[in-house]
Amino acid sequence: MRFVDEYRDAQKAQALAAKIASLCEPGRHYKFMEVCGGHTHTIYKHGLEDYLPETITLVHGPGCPVCVIPMGRVDDAIHIAEQPGVIMTSFGDMMRVPGGHGSFFDSMAQGADIRMVYSPLDALKVARQNPDSQVVFMAIGFETTAPSTAMTVLRAKAEEIENFSIFCNHVTIIPAIKAILDSPDLRLDGFIGPGHVSTVIGCRPYEFIARDYGKPLVTAGFEPLDVLQSIYMILLQLVEGRSEVENQYSRVVPYDGNRRALTAINEVMELRPYFEWRGLGFISHSALRVRERYAAFDAERIFEVPGGRVADPKACQCGEVLKGVLKPWECKVFGTACTPETPIGTCMVSSEGACAAYYNYGRFARERVKEATTR
Amino acid sequence: MSDERPRAEAARDRDVPGDREAQVLERIERARHRKARVREERINLSHGAGGKATHTLIEAVFMEAFRNPLLEPLEDGAIVDGFAFTTDSFVVTPLFFPGGTIGDLAVNGTVNDLAMCGARPRHLSAGFILEEGFPIADLRRITETMAAAAEKAGVQIVTGDTKVVQRGKGDGCYINTAGIGVLDRETRLSVSAARPGDVVIVSGPIGEHGITIMLARGELDIEADLTSDTAPLSALTGLLLDACPDGQVRFLRDATRGGVATILNEMAEASKVSVVLEEDAVPVKTAVRGACELLGIDPLYVACEGRMVAVVAGPAADTALAALRSHPLGADAAVVGRIGEDPPGLVLLRTAFGGTRIVDVLVGDPLPRIC
Repeated sequence: MRFVDEYRDAQKAQALAAKIASLCEPGRHYKFMEVCGGHTHTIYKHGLEDYLPETITLVHGPGCPVCVIPMGRVDDAIHIAEQPGVIMTSFGDMMRVPGGHGSFFDSMAQGADIRMVYSPLDALKVARQNPDSQVVFMAIGFETTAPSTAMTVLRAKAEEIENFSIFCNHVTIIPAIKAILDSPDLRLDGFIGPGHVSTVIGCRPYEFIARDYGKPLVTAGFEPLDVLQSIYMILLQLVEGRSEVENQYSRVVPYDGNRRALTAINEVMELRPYFEWRGLGFISHSALRVRERYAAFDAERIFEVPGGRVADPKACQCGEVLKGVLKPWECKVFGTACTPETPIGTCMVSSEGACAAYYNYGRFARERVKEATTR
Repeated sequence: MSDERPRAEAARDRDVPGDREAQVLERIERARHRKARVREERINLSHGAGGKATHTLIEAVFMEAFRNPLLEPLEDGAIVDGFAFTTDSFVVTPLFFPGGTIGDLAVNGTVNDLAMCGARPRHLSAGFILEEGFPIADLRRITETMAAAAEKAGVQIVTGDTKVVQRGKGDGCYINTAGIGVLDRETRLSVSAARPGDVVIVSGPIGEHGITIMLARGELDIEADLTSDTAPLSALTGLLLDACPDGQVRFLRDATRGGVATILNEMAEASKVSVVLEEDAVPVKTAVRGACELLGIDPLYVACEGRMVAVVAGPAADTALAALRSHPLGADAAVVGRIGEDPPGLVLLRTAFGGTRIVDVLVGDPLPRIC
């Protein structure tokens, strides 16, 4: 398939892998964080770690938008969905994420009208088709999806659609990265920067990471060769003693971002003073809410939202796992209170989260898998 | 904690599991083998998707109530007195889609379940649950396709039932079919019969039915030139079993709900073997691949209604392929993997990119992803 297979060429991967191996200092261990959940998926889907020397560890970052939604917000969304006359609309991957009292799927089984949509515009379509219902869109995601939510609100306003609102859970990536960087026991050597987020915010907001924290960051595309090349670029910076923001994904990411998308976000939304992240706790200025002048489209203002907070158990050490300080099995609640069926922290919610992956496959040492797949 | 840190760190640096890690893994392993328990208080859609949730429901509710030696193997059908006996219900939306109708599915689905037992499908029942207000013309269209499918598969619909539910209590038309087939071959197929050295064959390109249905629902603004793969597979299984007699065919299963990945996981678990798939070798049409790329879905989990997975003894691979390819429905049959010994119960994939990954069982339906 054109525009896909070019970026998945095994021969090119081998050549890159050889270059990566040759850059690694003997005896030195490297930990790189891929910030974005999309990169985690690419790494997992294509088995990319097989190309890396054992001295390079990839740490899965906080960039999976459904995984970082705290349980209290899921419960709030379900509360809204269960109000009479409400149709809740949501992206597919949110459907199974558990709050304190079950997931959207469980709520549907109790009778709530929750529909899967593929974009906020589809949710607006549902609102047009059901003028007698209040249609709420469960808005989640980083700066990647926030513009389409904002544009949808603008369109709803222009079309004077009165039965549409959003439950805004948009989060911003920079404060989360900063929270991780500010940790005293941080053990990361560099960052694979988010791709889709950067198409909106550009690369400039990352510059403090290189300048103030001395860590290289390379904005990367989502094909496996993109990720491999980014790892090579980070290593090259380390070898040459540089820490810079570089753009591997320049075919899509403009260094200065997308002004129109940012303007749309800024028109409809403003920063919250603070927001809770599942597993990471409260991070100031890390999320967006609907501005006063769009209050008519803000589900938080339209509905009584309990705003309950389901505390992550104290013992949850997602933060440490995310920072690369702890391995999943070293967390106090791993495998006891926190399992894929009853996840506590973000690393267990997503099937590709570090903890869920380890829970399911930790028993199969990498060597055993390698042996089984070698002819 | 303080005295454990250095050891944990040392273990990490050496990259060998420390004592604590071994303990944690042991605890997980014990939990894994605990009796299946349904956590949910009510049925949700995942329970019908053919993945982990369905499996748990069957083990914890149905098996618990109905347990008997004929049911226990949980094959596509039961073997009773030289006959294969099976049943299947059809609740597809929309009822009419490119390449077929709910009626085609209802006949072919049961015919295929019988064929996968190694039987020659003979007689079917058809039960209809109709919603008040459903157009008779639509019902005629459905029954016409059922009659045509039955004729094509060489089966007769010999008994049936009709119920009508109030408006709003059904989706127009639900169909249940049951069927019996004659077991006149010696070969006994089983989900637990795979052996190291066997090969895994799929009979054609995968995922067309599932993607066709997703697109036919009109919720995605994606258009593709795709039709459902619904078809009776009994001719194909007949050719295969005749070409590879004496137990060389170990296991057959039509790749419906949960797709090829789910079937192979069930087989790996039951046979206590590993499966290594070659991504490059798995036939997937470009339109299906494209839609899957856009939606973030893996074609290995997408349903087919006219494709099967066959596990065949290694030496018989070429004969089996030739037999399948002699029939139009098997023209693109391919060896997609092989059975190994270790790690038992695991399905692995060698990706086209050159890496490896584990192909797990999904909890429910594959969901389109935003991240």
